[in-house]
Amino acid sequence: MSKFRKKGGKELPPISTASLPDIVFMLLFFFMVSTTMREVNYMVKIELPTATELTKLEKKSLVSYIYVGEPLAQYQGTFGVSSRIQLNDQFANVGDIQDYVIAEREARNEAERNMMIVSLKVDENTKMGIITDIKQELRKSAALHINYSSRRRVER
Amino acid sequence: MARKTPEIPSASLADIAFMLLIFFLVTTTMDVDSGLERRLPQWVDPEEIPEDQQIRERNVFVVLVNRNNELLVENEYETLDNLRERAKEFMANPYDDPNLPEKEPKQVQFFGDVEVTKGVISLRNDLDTRYGMYIAVQNELVAAINELREELSREQFGKPYSELEKEQQDAIREIYPSRISEAEPKRVGGN
Repeated sequence: MSKFRKKGGKELPPISTASLPDIVFMLLFFFMVSTTMREVNYMVKIELPTATELTKLEKKSLVSYIYVGEPLAQYQGTFGVSSRIQLNDQFANVGDIQDYVIAEREARNEAERNMMIVSLKVDENTKMGIITDIKQELRKSAALHINYSSRRRVER
Repeated sequence: MARKTPEIPSASLADIAFMLLIFFLVTTTMDVDSGLERRLPQWVDPEEIPEDQQIRERNVFVVLVNRNNELLVENEYETLDNLRERAKEFMANPYDDPNLPEKEPKQVQFFGDVEVTKGVISLRNDLDTRYGMYIAVQNELVAAINELREELSREQFGKPYSELEKEQQDAIREIYPSRISEAEPKRVGGN
């Protein structure tokens, strides 16, 4: 009997943690490669519409964003509840869009200027009036290639 | 004799790596942006718009969306579900119906002489139309043209459109052009 008891009393060797950094580094590299930094903080609530005929925005460097939606709760005191435009990190008016497009175009190198894409991230409950105004401004500033940002919907 | 340098302790390596990992986990957004791609028409001064821009009525497929998000297609109420079929029928006009758009003969690579439709889809919305509805309508119209291209591609080349060579895609695009025009904004019904 004493033979068995002796065996049970033996301590388990601790699990080696030497490979832990390697595992963590592997995860780290995965996230570093697949990451894209969020460029701006949303100041408006955006619930994207759904669509099926989507094209992907492959080259991030070509894309400029215009956000439209109702201001978030903490901004509603100052800016009201009706839909507003957000450019970069601040609220803007329709009249600011031309300047924004020109600034965005200047920031790109010469070869990419003609290929600029404007991505409209618009809440699905926005009225078309404001969108139409934005589109007219984009036409005036010759930013004709646009992308209505939307989520994928499964085909019926 | 050189003294042996003490080894740097690597116990904290994991902690540092964890910190970086958590930073990237928090800042990461995995989704690739995607959306409906459209091209806006050139800006023209409203005063310089030529008056005599007449397109025959049978060549225009009028889609109106009012402020209550209802559809009016060619002067009839229509539901979103039927829009795609209607648009396809209009653009293809398979039986040369005199009410559907005219066709003009054209020389196209790979196809030889073909009849190309002169149809134009005209989309007009109200200022109070919901954006979600507008995108849904745009999506159906784009889908109609994409489906026609897909069908033609399979018929002619036996391959899906996306797998074709660039010249072949151009040829198909010439037969089914993506002509969705958006009229200058104005109020539409239901006021």
